[in-house]
Amino acid sequence: MSEWQVGVDVGGTNTDLLFLDHESGAFRVAKVPTTPTDQSDAVMSGLYAGDGAIADLVAIVHGTTIATNSVLERKGARCGLITTRGFRDVLELGRRTRPNNYGLTGSFEALIDRELRVEVTERLDASGRVVRPLDEAEVRAALVRLRDAGAESLVIHFLHAYANPVHEQQAAKIAQQMWPNDYVSVSSEILREVREFERGSTAAVNAFVQPVLARYLKRLGQRLKDAGNDRQLLVMQGNGGTLNASAAARQPVQTVMSGPAAGAVAAAHIGRQAGFENLIACDMGGTSFDVSLILGGTPALSAEKDLAYGVPVHVPMVDIHTIGAGGGSIARVDAAGLLRVGPESAGAEPGPVCYGRGGAKPTVTDANLMLGRVEPSGFAGVSQAHGTEVVAGALGSAVGDPLALDAVSAAAAVLAVAGNQLASAIRLVSVEKGHDPRDFTLFAFGGAGPLHAVELARELGIPRVLVPRFPGITSALGCLLSDLRHDDVHSLWRALSEVDATEADKIFDDQAARGTQALESYAVPVTGVEVFHEADLMYRGQSHVFRVRVDSPGFDADRVATSFAERYAERFEIILADMKPVLASLRTTVIGTRQAVDLSLFGESEVVASAERSRPVYFNGRWLETPLLERDTLTNGLVVTGPAIVVQPDSTCVIDPGAVATVDDAGNLVIEVGGNN
Amino acid sequence: MAIDPVTLAVIENGLRQVCSEMDLVHEKTSFSPVISEAFDRSNGIYGRENGEMIAQGELGLPIFLGVMQFATGAVLERRRDLERGDVIIQNDPYLGGTHLMDVKMIMPFYYQDELWCFLSNTGHWPDTGGMVPGGFCSTATEIQQEGLRLPPVKLVRNGELVQDVVDIILNNIRVPEERIGDIRAQIGALRTGERRLTVLLDRYGVDTVETAITELKERSEQHMREVLSGVPDGHYSFTALMDSDGVVDEPLEIALDLTIDGSDAHFDFSRSSPPCRGPMNSVWATTQSAVYVAMKHIFPEVPINAGCFKPLHIKPPRGTVLYAEYPRPVAGCAAEVAQRIMEAVFGAMGQAIPDRLFAAPAGTSGNFALGGHDPEMRRDYIMYFFTGGGYGGYVDGDGLTNGCSTVGISKTQPIEILEQHYPLMFDEYALREGSAGPGRHRGGFGVSYRVRLLRGEGKASFLMDHGRTGPPGMIGGGAGATNKIQVSQGGVVTEPRHTSKGEGYLLTEGDWVQIKTPGGGGYGAVAERDVELVARDVRRSYLDTNDTSSD
Repeated sequence: MSEWQVGVDVGGTNTDLLFLDHESGAFRVAKVPTTPTDQSDAVMSGLYAGDGAIADLVAIVHGTTIATNSVLERKGARCGLITTRGFRDVLELGRRTRPNNYGLTGSFEALIDRELRVEVTERLDASGRVVRPLDEAEVRAALVRLRDAGAESLVIHFLHAYANPVHEQQAAKIAQQMWPNDYVSVSSEILREVREFERGSTAAVNAFVQPVLARYLKRLGQRLKDAGNDRQLLVMQGNGGTLNASAAARQPVQTVMSGPAAGAVAAAHIGRQAGFENLIACDMGGTSFDVSLILGGTPALSAEKDLAYGVPVHVPMVDIHTIGAGGGSIARVDAAGLLRVGPESAGAEPGPVCYGRGGAKPTVTDANLMLGRVEPSGFAGVSQAHGTEVVAGALGSAVGDPLALDAVSAAAAVLAVAGNQLASAIRLVSVEKGHDPRDFTLFAFGGAGPLHAVELARELGIPRVLVPRFPGITSALGCLLSDLRHDDVHSLWRALSEVDATEADKIFDDQAARGTQALESYAVPVTGVEVFHEADLMYRGQSHVFRVRVDSPGFDADRVATSFAERYAERFEIILADMKPVLASLRTTVIGTRQAVDLSLFGESEVVASAERSRPVYFNGRWLETPLLERDTLTNGLVVTGPAIVVQPDSTCVIDPGAVATVDDAGNLVIEVGGNN
Repeated sequence: MAIDPVTLAVIENGLRQVCSEMDLVHEKTSFSPVISEAFDRSNGIYGRENGEMIAQGELGLPIFLGVMQFATGAVLERRRDLERGDVIIQNDPYLGGTHLMDVKMIMPFYYQDELWCFLSNTGHWPDTGGMVPGGFCSTATEIQQEGLRLPPVKLVRNGELVQDVVDIILNNIRVPEERIGDIRAQIGALRTGERRLTVLLDRYGVDTVETAITELKERSEQHMREVLSGVPDGHYSFTALMDSDGVVDEPLEIALDLTIDGSDAHFDFSRSSPPCRGPMNSVWATTQSAVYVAMKHIFPEVPINAGCFKPLHIKPPRGTVLYAEYPRPVAGCAAEVAQRIMEAVFGAMGQAIPDRLFAAPAGTSGNFALGGHDPEMRRDYIMYFFTGGGYGGYVDGDGLTNGCSTVGISKTQPIEILEQHYPLMFDEYALREGSAGPGRHRGGFGVSYRVRLLRGEGKASFLMDHGRTGPPGMIGGGAGATNKIQVSQGGVVTEPRHTSKGEGYLLTEGDWVQIKTPGGGGYGAVAERDVELVARDVRRSYLDTNDTSSD
């Protein structure tokens, strides 16, 4: 019996889908333009495009940029805050920082407007004892006031709620009765960690994106049901695992960076199978460029990310650096006469000039077209593409005329500026973290990644580029490769020596049971369930926790103390034998391992013969007659010497002069970039 | 030997990464919240000849930008007997320092049996003894009253901690138990640097790295010269005011005469006030460092190393408050005087290139220190609380609210962490309404907080500034609100005689302290302000005044 699953990645420009049947190894891909007003339109048409058997899909796994984008563009819900008296400005004051270490300019707007931040009487002390009881009447009045002021989503955030959530829970109970919807984010439920600004910010991000994401998931779930599929929709988390739609709608902050995380998961997987464990993974689509680092086959994680200046999110997620540079990035000349590319994007509508959908501002894609690097016929879902004449006109008036360049030179200049931005983004995650790019392989994916990869690698001294068989659907593939994951945290904040083994084992046991139950409820095929326990510790007097793996059942405080000291010494080379460890929290992660995918199924499909074609392409100031190769005609083991352009429906790969590409047995292009010429 | 651009970039970042990793280890393993939460520390790599800066962590506190190379240099002059495995400790302000609380450690770094450079760091210790807990004594008249002054001595010899030195230190400071943790953290950071730097040299070779260092210095100097060439030649003067020195109740002047001549800038502070009796003197190292930091704030794009300081010529302001010599007290030097020096640099540069500058930022670190005994936890404690204030408006927008002091980049300690560590409870930690300097682009807002002692007794001291005159506006903008301190003892509310400075306030259960920090100066005339922004500010109650709540 076939078991089709589908991975769906909704990007800023395109929605990509990968259908896979583990049983037979059969797969299909689909790509449709993203529908910004209602993304579920594109998802549904993509699902129908993939043959229509929606009812039979056993898993639908979704990566989404909705949460991230609504914060970056400040397009989330109108939120209200109920907080401890005297502290309504916590989100606005932040931690007394500035946008850059040097330079005293820049500004900051809090996610929740000052008008919608209301204080109520309540107070706990640092140990969680009630100092002033919660004034419930004030909570009610605050709820009315916020509702009347048009707040849709609510944050409840009290001081020291990590130590004792009693007042937050009490207020949440009242909100449950009075708030017109479920959009209530309680700080201690979102993140039970000390530090009021970071916990509050994480809760505020949750509230800010919740209505947007929840409505979307609900709509999509309904449409799937209407199409006969009542399986649970699964959503990628920023940590590279997946959870179900209702959990995602409750804790949307977990889906921050979920699309890019899926890409990193796939990159790591493909790289491992191809024999390259250290990757700089670069995903370039229509609107953004995401870079992540994969070391030893595993995407690097970070537990503290600033989603934007002054908007920290403290949930573990794949460490990804994003800049607003993609195929759709608009090129212009600013008041000072400098050529700028992005971050504004033409998106899917109207899209680049060459899409012929009314876009008049030239983009990176238009520049690529002008230089012969992409084909007018090569755009997915574009029926009436414009040729170079119209594009030349747009490039000329927006860039060429002000800079006194012809259209071709203007296009080359646009790509040079864009390339420079991409290179700095890569330096940030590699060089600036102490890694030498020469030790890495550049993994290029997304529709536009392989267009620029060889040039980028040369600029950075990266010796090799790896382009997967289907660059445009890598993130969708990542959705299918990601394990199910459920995380649980319980804060204790007690001296480790005072923690009773029975109590700890009980906490771990409950967490494991909850997690396992949650995964079972997803009803997605898994090959196994893995449970692991961790403890966050620090020495008394310190304020940064350090995480160690622990055993349970059989929690043993002495053993935990020893392993903490050992790991601590390993990391910091400091031994603090006379200091007392404090147990901050206990964590349990339950992982449902998904079926492995043998990527060689992507290699050597049906090889189609095609007529040999070529056309002039502009490289380093000269036009070279360049062969155009259909991706489907490249057999495993084939060697392609640049210049050459490999075209396929979801992407275009440019192999610059001097570079040599080999097709490996999973259909990846392994390109040795060679020197500059 | 020519060096290719990729290798150059890799080595530049590699060196910086060594420093950042040291900063990180230092911060993550420290016990002092001033270091672990507020990042009041700095780590770097310095030349073997004279301590010239090779690289310094970007995450380090800005004021240590110039200071660390002077401190390292001063040690090299005095200790010719440094050997492999030694670590020197010193905190002498007159030897390239700041205030006594910034304790420096310096370690010779050997590569293949040869001295290659020095690794140094500095961390702000919560106490080094002296008249008041925390060291910010506003009435000291000589350095001996401010705390223990360590000359460069060996804290580690041949890889072993010198217990005698440790014992002397711990015997002279408050709350010694956790300081041994901080000492280890600081040494640990140096050791981390040693390992990382060895890896870097192994990989690229000494010759290549040295070539890169020379090249980077030249490029940095070149870059600074380029930006200075864009500043119109001429003479620009600006005088910044400090409330008082804490002892004599008279304002102090920091007067700058700046000359821009092609790609060189000359800073002359000789018209400034003579040395003062109280602790608002600046030592020469800090004076220079303040100028460097100010210029880096104006031109953040210029990379930091010794090269970029070359076109900046600072005339030693001997005989003024900016060239303190033994035994002048200096507790306010790094945190306050340095910011006022920077205000003078901003003011003078603002006349030359108003489009690139900003009105004056709050310009005080807002030091509030409290030392006491917690009967419930049965332990002594010292708490510091530094507060931010508003930044000035600038050509493109309003100033930032609650920005960090311009000498720092340290984050505030979370209220929840403070309440865990100390017997305190905050009644309020809020945006200070009505504190912004008005203008086309107004200043950012200061902060207002009130904190109450829960149990036991504590001794409070304050070392702040801009209590008499607010941070000035520019090109027609108004000044930000002045700093305010109120102390309630047994229900009686008072303000310090010197407005922004005071000490010896004994607090008992229920007593409170209220601090209101300055807003930033405004940029341009207020009449030119966009009416929609005014309406928004009104809606957000920004223009109200929560100042009356405790009056």
